Amino acid sequence: MTRYQSPSPLTATWLVAEREIRMRLRSKAFLISTGILMLVVLAGVVLPSVLGGNSSLPKVAAVGEAVSSVEQLGTLDVTEAASVDEAENLVRSEDVDAAIVPGDGPTGYTVIGLDEAPSDIIAALSVSPPVQLLDENGMNPGLVYIVALGFGLVFFMSAITFGSTIAQSVVEEKQTRIVEILMSTVPVRVLLAGKILGNSLLAFGQIIIIALLAGIGLLATGQDILLADVGPSIVWFAVFFAAGFVLLAALFAAAAALVSRQEDLGSVTSPVTMLIMIPYFLVIFFNDNPLVLSIMSYVPFSAPVGMPMRVFLGSAEWWEPLLSLAILLTSTVAVVAFGSRVYANGLLRTGARVKLSDALAK
Amino acid sequence: MLELHSINRSFGERQVLHDVSFTVERGRMTGFVGGNGAGKTTTMRVILGVLSADSGTVTLDGTPLTADLRTDFGYMPEERGLYPKMPVLEQIIYLGRLHGMTAAEAKESAETLLTKLGLGERLTDTVESLSLGNQQRAQIAAALVHNPEVLVLDEPFSGLDPIAVEVVLNVLKDYASGGAPVLFSSHQLDIVERLCDDLVVIADGQIRASGSREGIREAHSSPRFELQLDGDAGWLRSEPGVEVIDFAGGYALFDVDDLATSQRVLQRAIATAPVQRFGPKYPTLAQIFTEVIQ
Repeated sequence: MTRYQSPSPLTATWLVAEREIRMRLRSKAFLISTGILMLVVLAGVVLPSVLGGNSSLPKVAAVGEAVSSVEQLGTLDVTEAASVDEAENLVRSEDVDAAIVPGDGPTGYTVIGLDEAPSDIIAALSVSPPVQLLDENGMNPGLVYIVALGFGLVFFMSAITFGSTIAQSVVEEKQTRIVEILMSTVPVRVLLAGKILGNSLLAFGQIIIIALLAGIGLLATGQDILLADVGPSIVWFAVFFAAGFVLLAALFAAAAALVSRQEDLGSVTSPVTMLIMIPYFLVIFFNDNPLVLSIMSYVPFSAPVGMPMRVFLGSAEWWEPLLSLAILLTSTVAVVAFGSRVYANGLLRTGARVKLSDALAK
Repeated sequence: MLELHSINRSFGERQVLHDVSFTVERGRMTGFVGGNGAGKTTTMRVILGVLSADSGTVTLDGTPLTADLRTDFGYMPEERGLYPKMPVLEQIIYLGRLHGMTAAEAKESAETLLTKLGLGERLTDTVESLSLGNQQRAQIAAALVHNPEVLVLDEPFSGLDPIAVEVVLNVLKDYASGGAPVLFSSHQLDIVERLCDDLVVIADGQIRASGSREGIREAHSSPRFELQLDGDAGWLRSEPGVEVIDFAGGYALFDVDDLATSQRVLQRAIATAPVQRFGPKYPTLAQIFTEVIQ
């Protein structure tokens, strides 16, 4: 009889990981939801500028001597009207946004609008005093919100999607009992490592594709300045996500090993799901609160969202991401050790839900 | 030769295995019998390394088992299962590769085996689309894909239709005659009786009997004889050294104190009436089992 060398732990881990990836990529539900997520991200980046680009210069009708002086400004699309009446008609028919006609007063014009004062046109005609900002680093709050939402949403979606994939895959093996054959073939640690590796690669691949899509979208629509602002924090996000996801994956696997049926999965994984949802809500509601962000950026569960956010805001010293990453990596090692113990002890206990204390005991 | 030496194992406060020791010889089919909860599955899991023993060792030809040695073991757990949504062939190849086969070796072995088991037409079907009997066959392929050198099968016949029982039986015999130690457990004592060369009986986590089937049978049978006469056999009751167990007209089942007594009984029987039948009555495995586990 042929004697086969048992595969090295790395080879075996890769075999398990490869199966996870293959089965996942074969699932239509997964491919469709990934496609939708990518479309949403692409739309979020590209649409605002496409829609904004369509609204060209404000259209105005000008009469008489107003024509030349308005054209000089170069910021308005001028239609010449023969008379004030004709200009008013153009406004009424909404062919133009406003009419500029000679009038009294210091400027020498009167602006005719339809139902409200056309503020952008008035601003174009006005003289603005010079403005000096004391806090030059201040970010546009709208942009801050969008970046916060972006990090929060991508972290939330990817962690939940791939975390629950791991959980389902653990329970599937328990529920179908194949786990005993697997355990008699490869060490439990290899099984767990393969699952985490496979799903982390998928999650990471998805994040990278999303980041690339966002980057290409920003470049293609001429928003390179924004990319320069966001770029470094996206890189940090990817690094933190990689470590943070492994931590969450170990927790998902451990939680799932406590139950034997898919139906029971929701209740055991909900504490882990909370750990993912809390940072998501915090970063959306408190992205302008430096204290909350500082705390978030060091707590291992929220650091993947909190620290890149602070890097983006420019409120983190250069060493802070490194320190936070060290904390995250240390906790990840500890949690993986804890998770693999619970996982190994939970796997063979089928039937009722296993108590966490029992799973840790032996 | 696979040997267990004083295996102990507890779950919490409950000790499930007490000093379990027995031997599975090469080239012999060893039946492992015991009631529910007697410790059969736990013992098999310890052999496979799925569970660790609190104390004691398992050796193969004198060498303590390591993960690498166990790669050559084929295991069929009592709780059957394969990935439901994965095609049969792909799944068996995957398990073969986890045992250290190359992709090509695993593919060849899986195809040959599945075809031999009658699944040649269903290679690309998912497991969940197979009938229960065919799923069982795929399960056997999962245990054998890597040409194991030692077979450990927990209830391999449960849930099998008679045809599949024969298929599995032939495969197991092939392995045993090829020199592999084969250990299988079963509730179906009649099957074990027919199949096994050696027998291990476990109850309450303790080995109550182990050895060759004949050896155990002799050790656990009192010298019991059966007599069928054309006349009345009532005189047996007063025969010295005879204890009548069962009696009905010309039929009697009785124990004797020694073999000379049985010969004396036979001579008297012939002198009394025509003898239809006379001979030793061996207990069935089920009877031995009941006796041994008490």
